[in-house]
Amino acid sequence: MSAVLQIDGLNKSFGGIKATDNLNLSVQKGELHAVIGPNGAGKTTMISQLCGSQRPDTGRILYAGRDITTLPPHKRAHLGITRSYQITSLIMEMSVIDNVALALQARDGHSFRFLRPARSLSHLRDKAMDLLGKVDLTAKAEHRTKALSHGEHRRMEIAIALASDAELMLLDEPMAGLGSHESMQMVELLRGIKGQHTILLIEHDMEAVFALADRISVLVYGHIIATGTPDEIRGNEAVQHAYLGEE
Amino acid sequence: MTTRGWITLAVMALLGVLPPLFFLTGNPFYLDLATRLVILAIAAVSLNLILGYGGLVSFGHAAFVGLGAYAVGIPAHHWLYTGWGDWATMGYVQLPLAVLACAVFALLTGLVCLRTKGVYFIMITMAFAQMIYYLIVSIEEYGGDDGLVIDTRSQFAWIDLDNPLQLFGLAYVSLIVSMVLVRLIVNSRFGMVLQGAKGNPDRMATLGFNVYVFRLVAYVISGAMAGYAGALLGNFTTFISPEMMDWSRSGELMFMVILGGASTTVGPVLGAVVFIVLEEVLSHFTIYWHLPFGLLLMAVVLFVRGGLAGMFGRKED
Repeated sequence: MSAVLQIDGLNKSFGGIKATDNLNLSVQKGELHAVIGPNGAGKTTMISQLCGSQRPDTGRILYAGRDITTLPPHKRAHLGITRSYQITSLIMEMSVIDNVALALQARDGHSFRFLRPARSLSHLRDKAMDLLGKVDLTAKAEHRTKALSHGEHRRMEIAIALASDAELMLLDEPMAGLGSHESMQMVELLRGIKGQHTILLIEHDMEAVFALADRISVLVYGHIIATGTPDEIRGNEAVQHAYLGEE
Repeated sequence: MTTRGWITLAVMALLGVLPPLFFLTGNPFYLDLATRLVILAIAAVSLNLILGYGGLVSFGHAAFVGLGAYAVGIPAHHWLYTGWGDWATMGYVQLPLAVLACAVFALLTGLVCLRTKGVYFIMITMAFAQMIYYLIVSIEEYGGDDGLVIDTRSQFAWIDLDNPLQLFGLAYVSLIVSMVLVRLIVNSRFGMVLQGAKGNPDRMATLGFNVYVFRLVAYVISGAMAGYAGALLGNFTTFISPEMMDWSRSGELMFMVILGGASTTVGPVLGAVVFIVLEEVLSHFTIYWHLPFGLLLMAVVLFVRGGLAGMFGRKED
């Protein structure tokens, strides 16, 4: 197997706090790799550096063998990296389908078009409808995003991540704030797309992580202390001490 | 059709019919008032593209209007005093010049302004506008802060701008064209990105859009349109002064957009109508009209969400 994403010696500090401390991680092509860690372990900071919204102080990020450490977010998106947000990050004033259609349009590459109504473009609209079908939101397509529930927003995030058809999906706590029923729906949803994309999943929900992940890395104080299969992680003493035992 | 659509039609119909009627029945003053209103409405419509749909609160829009007016006045000045040929008074030269000059100014200032956000963007657009203001004040050739009389209006073969009815007609048609244009742009793929960037720029960048470039293009289009409005304004007043570019003028344009309803097609026009008509009516009653005027405007902004257009139908229409 080849590494799609390779992180070498990443460091990032905010004032006196080391959010990322000599972080090394390698994500294989096609795997669902979960990163777990206690609150404040630097999980979101790591994702931000991977998608380019924050620049590491030192270290390298390789994507498909290419150094992307200093690329801005939109260029990384063109290379095939997409992310979802822990705190829902949608365009609230727009309709649900417009949100997804915009993600498709980004890939379509024809955005400097000034006159033809975007909403009449059937190749974007139909595909957007398909994706909304996958996350069970067809009925809400024309609703304003603001009017949807939190669980529905989380599913929209997945639809948008899928729309970009990215090779590498960075999912930042897709289960955050979901009820147990909604969480199960989300697990099923992710199980459905697993294998089609390489997924780096950051998640608090242990049940979900152990049910979905091919490999798990444990992040503590900005540093990976262990990587392995779910069974190996379960049996790892250092992990139990640092994290699982305290739950 | 939506309620908002009907309101738009009604407002535009009234605006097209009433002023010429006043003129033909011996009240030329009201046509004058309406011409100024319609021209300012074009500027407000152009501002709405970036302010309403783009979420870019530009506090320097009057600079484009003023530049557009000077693009009419300066060639006309040289035609009269320094022997430039008749081409310098041609509408086909002056109007494109106004549009082009403003597009270039928007491009150069936008490159810098759009690197900033929020309050800083407001301040820096205002700063650039004031720079142009003081630049014009310092050029004595063009009258400095006394302003410049435009001795001859833009010359067209098929229309005579010295005729108030024809000037109004041109302004009115231009307003409709600018409204249609902005509406098309807003609903296009470009417009979707612009609006997406207003709602959530980080998300748009993650999707792969270079938000900066989209905003810059919108800024240039908006500035160019405002420049066109300025060229019309110069033709209407036949006099220009730096005062036209003052930051308070930019504030008025902003007010029209917000009062009428930002990010709606008819909003800026409604805002311009109410602004100009109120100003006119109140100043009849008292020389202290600014006070009730200000209070009324505050009431609308505070109590009517989404501006006047927001009272009719949903915001997206």
